[in-house]
Amino acid sequence: MSEQKQERVGVYVCHCGSNIAGTVDVVDVANWAAQKLERQGVIIARDYKFMCSSLGQELIEKDIKELGLTRVVVAACSPHLHEKTFRTAAKNAGLNPYLVELASIREQVSWVHSDKAVATAKSKAVVSGAVSRVVENRALDEIKVPINPNTLVVGGGIAGIQSALEIANAGFHVYLVEREPSIGGHMAQFDKTFPTLDCSACILTPRMVEAGTHPNITLLTWSEVVNVSGYVGSFNVTIKKKARFVNEELCTGCGICQEKCPKKVVDDVYEAGLGYRKAVYTPFAQAVPNFPVMDKENCTYFLKGTCKACEKFCPTNAIDFKQQDQTINIEVGNIILATGYDLFDARRVSNYGYGRLPNVFTSIEFERLSNAAGPTSGNIVLRDGKTAPKSVGIIHCVGSRDKNFNNYCSVICCMQGLKFAHLVHERTGATVYNFYIDMRTAYKAYDEFYQRVLEEGTLFVRGKVAEVTEAARKESEKGKLIIQVEDTLAGKQRRIPVDMVILSSGLQPRADAKDVGKLFGISCSMDGWFTEKHPKLDPVATMTEGIYIVGCAQGPKDIPSSVAQGAAASARVLDKILQKEVALEPIKASVNAEACSGCRICNGLCPFNAIAFIADDMVSEINPALCQGCGTCVAACPAGAISGTGFSDTQIIAQIDGLLFRNLVEKPEMA
Amino acid sequence: MNKYLLYPGCSMDASAKAYMESLNTVVESLGLQLEEIQDWNCCGATEYLSINLIPAYSLIARNLALAARQMNGTRTVLAPCSACYLNLAKADHYMQERPTLGEKVNEALAAGGLTYKAGALEIRHLIDVLIYDVGLDAIRSKVVRPLTGLKVAPYMGCMLPRPDYQHRWSDHEHPTELDDLLRALGADVIDYPLTTSCCGGHMTQIGPETAFELIRRLVSDADERGAQMMVTVCPMCQMNIDAYQNEANHFFSTDYHMPILFFTQLMGLAFGKEPGEVGVGVELVSSRNALANIGVEVPVTQEPDSRRKAEGLPMPRRWTKHGTRKEAVK
Repeated sequence: MSEQKQERVGVYVCHCGSNIAGTVDVVDVANWAAQKLERQGVIIARDYKFMCSSLGQELIEKDIKELGLTRVVVAACSPHLHEKTFRTAAKNAGLNPYLVELASIREQVSWVHSDKAVATAKSKAVVSGAVSRVVENRALDEIKVPINPNTLVVGGGIAGIQSALEIANAGFHVYLVEREPSIGGHMAQFDKTFPTLDCSACILTPRMVEAGTHPNITLLTWSEVVNVSGYVGSFNVTIKKKARFVNEELCTGCGICQEKCPKKVVDDVYEAGLGYRKAVYTPFAQAVPNFPVMDKENCTYFLKGTCKACEKFCPTNAIDFKQQDQTINIEVGNIILATGYDLFDARRVSNYGYGRLPNVFTSIEFERLSNAAGPTSGNIVLRDGKTAPKSVGIIHCVGSRDKNFNNYCSVICCMQGLKFAHLVHERTGATVYNFYIDMRTAYKAYDEFYQRVLEEGTLFVRGKVAEVTEAARKESEKGKLIIQVEDTLAGKQRRIPVDMVILSSGLQPRADAKDVGKLFGISCSMDGWFTEKHPKLDPVATMTEGIYIVGCAQGPKDIPSSVAQGAAASARVLDKILQKEVALEPIKASVNAEACSGCRICNGLCPFNAIAFIADDMVSEINPALCQGCGTCVAACPAGAISGTGFSDTQIIAQIDGLLFRNLVEKPEMA
Repeated sequence: MNKYLLYPGCSMDASAKAYMESLNTVVESLGLQLEEIQDWNCCGATEYLSINLIPAYSLIARNLALAARQMNGTRTVLAPCSACYLNLAKADHYMQERPTLGEKVNEALAAGGLTYKAGALEIRHLIDVLIYDVGLDAIRSKVVRPLTGLKVAPYMGCMLPRPDYQHRWSDHEHPTELDDLLRALGADVIDYPLTTSCCGGHMTQIGPETAFELIRRLVSDADERGAQMMVTVCPMCQMNIDAYQNEANHFFSTDYHMPILFFTQLMGLAFGKEPGEVGVGVELVSSRNALANIGVEVPVTQEPDSRRKAEGLPMPRRWTKHGTRKEAVK
């Protein structure tokens, strides 16, 4: 077949220094291809030290021009690394970039074999497969789609605020959607930030105010994204704006309604269960926006039909008990997810007694205890609300680095533990113990902070705490919480009685992270964090074009890293906006409507929500701009009605034939 | 379904006879049908698995194989003893998780014409069945003599809730099943933080000082929290706390008197049975005073013959950690 078309194929075998050449006889592979694959159309085969170098690329470009190559096979590394490089080279020489194939003889051959003869033989098979396939390749053109300059940022914590401000400051519009009544996220709950001990609110609230008043930012709090459709450049997003029962046009944020509301409820969100709020409330004094929301579940009027104290006292008649949830539709070109984290539920480590022993606190509870705006006005006291602790134990890695719960390190807990130690020391003079597995104080000025806390006299015990118990064994332990721990440095068991225990709970993906991922067409890692496109080189993009992830939604991180990611994603979005249109890979699947039986198997399988069912015609249709060319539907279609450009059946079968040397008269010796 | 295959285990015949008697009484009251596994053997208790794995697992699996062969209408094996329960559950779990172990064990079983496919049976402890199959409401409805005013320390022991292969317990560190059951009987259940702490197991035989310390911790904490008695689900816990309490008292020069009964004994009493019907009165640390709080009168049993004969020579004083002191001159 290939002879008839008379394609002119060039094969280029890369040494990759010794990466490939150390295990594969690259010269032999090139010579073999030149001789034995001649009938498949190979007219030239070369080997070169580094094909990806500019000299290597020039070699290919020269051959395309001088020898009139119509197809190119580069036997080198995985296409993930250099496919783009060689396609660009081909394009520069006037060849359609999709007529280039990469044969991976590094990741799939030299790195996984040690026997040179076997590796060389396998390389020949891989090259043969790529040659057979490339002659079946068709020239493809990139798809260009326009970019809507508006951006959606989901989550109003510090990472989301940073993203929104960067884009808004560049002159483009941002919709900032937040689930809670106010933006600010977890950072708004903290008292101090490590390692500088800046007041968290003092550095955060100016950003919140800026985001709240920015002419380019539409702030949608007490709102959630409920549907996303479309693709990079033009996403259609449906947002549910929950009823606040407060008219935002009329409300001045004076706070009289909160003052007069007779219903007091425990605030499980902002005060972490340690403090109270009213049924109509703004979570904290500096909330942005400053309009209160009414908590329907607890409001006396909604429960019993009477009260309306807030309405009576509101000077601007802003209370509106008839308000309904609103649905808002917006169009955006890019989406940044900054949905944050949940705190690990320390009750799961039942041997530490949280929820059972009153004076065991979680880290977020301690943040509220130590916060001047918190329920105790910043007094660090026991659960009775008045007694200052004389000794405090801080337990690290609660729920983290523990195969019973989460294997990963939650990153922030060591520094958080040190911060707590400092605050307890400073405010109560109590003896403070830190129980740690390893101290992880990487990054700027962090280890210096550790040294400082050491010098302040905080005691450190290296060992995982076995249990916190109130069962005293001797007089000195009575009435205390006893921390039973193996001191691995002293090599002995210790029992340390303390008045207060603080559990440095780890960070967890949001409970609904998987659903949110599905909504936006992105995936989660095994642990449940959103997966980035590349862990090192593309940490804020995702496999879905136009969707970015920042902050703790992508994995545990501290404030500086979250802010850096927020800004990084904005730069990526601005880059897209400024290009005005985006080129999409033409590797797409398409449905042959005549062969489609309308079984809808492919609909649910598509990870990118790219397949829609056309009820009128009873067939499925693939949105080419949304399709990422993963091929799942192609493989799954029972009727064989779906084919993928760049991955047609003809190409795949030709590649298999090539791999098995089916079209060779003289098969090479497989060692 | 109320039929179960019963794996009684060795202690139920001897040291925990009171448990067996009370179990039979309670099971009858609640209408459960227990069918004893024919020709069962020892589960290897706490020692054998740490000596030689394959024979130990084979010993346990023989019981599973017998039970599987016998199952008609039920696949649930009920074990009243915590060690038996743990061993049966462990063998079932690891034979599934490690196929080569499963094969080797089955090779051994084949010598006796037996075979066991891991996962075929459901292995459960008596209290699990009582709470989750029978239900607290059904139990509550049988109570005619509520244990009101009896302060009890619920002692679950260490082998039952951990490692909890099948996620059967409310919490593996602080399970509340025993608390709930005793509350349903009307007892005043204290918050007992050591509920899953070790009783010393067979350390009483190989390192008594270690065991005494563990026993002391359990007893002293229960005592300090005002418990009138401890209640257990495990024959070994019962034996250690009951039979070695006196020795531990000697060792530490303490004077605790903390009776410990099986939960089924209290169930029986609450169901209106007489002490003798549920094995109350044979314990070494008498529960007589404690049970007087709920109006149960335990008949005085004859004191066992003192081992020290009056006419013999005096024994040397026991060693205590405070040193040997001279016998006080009478």
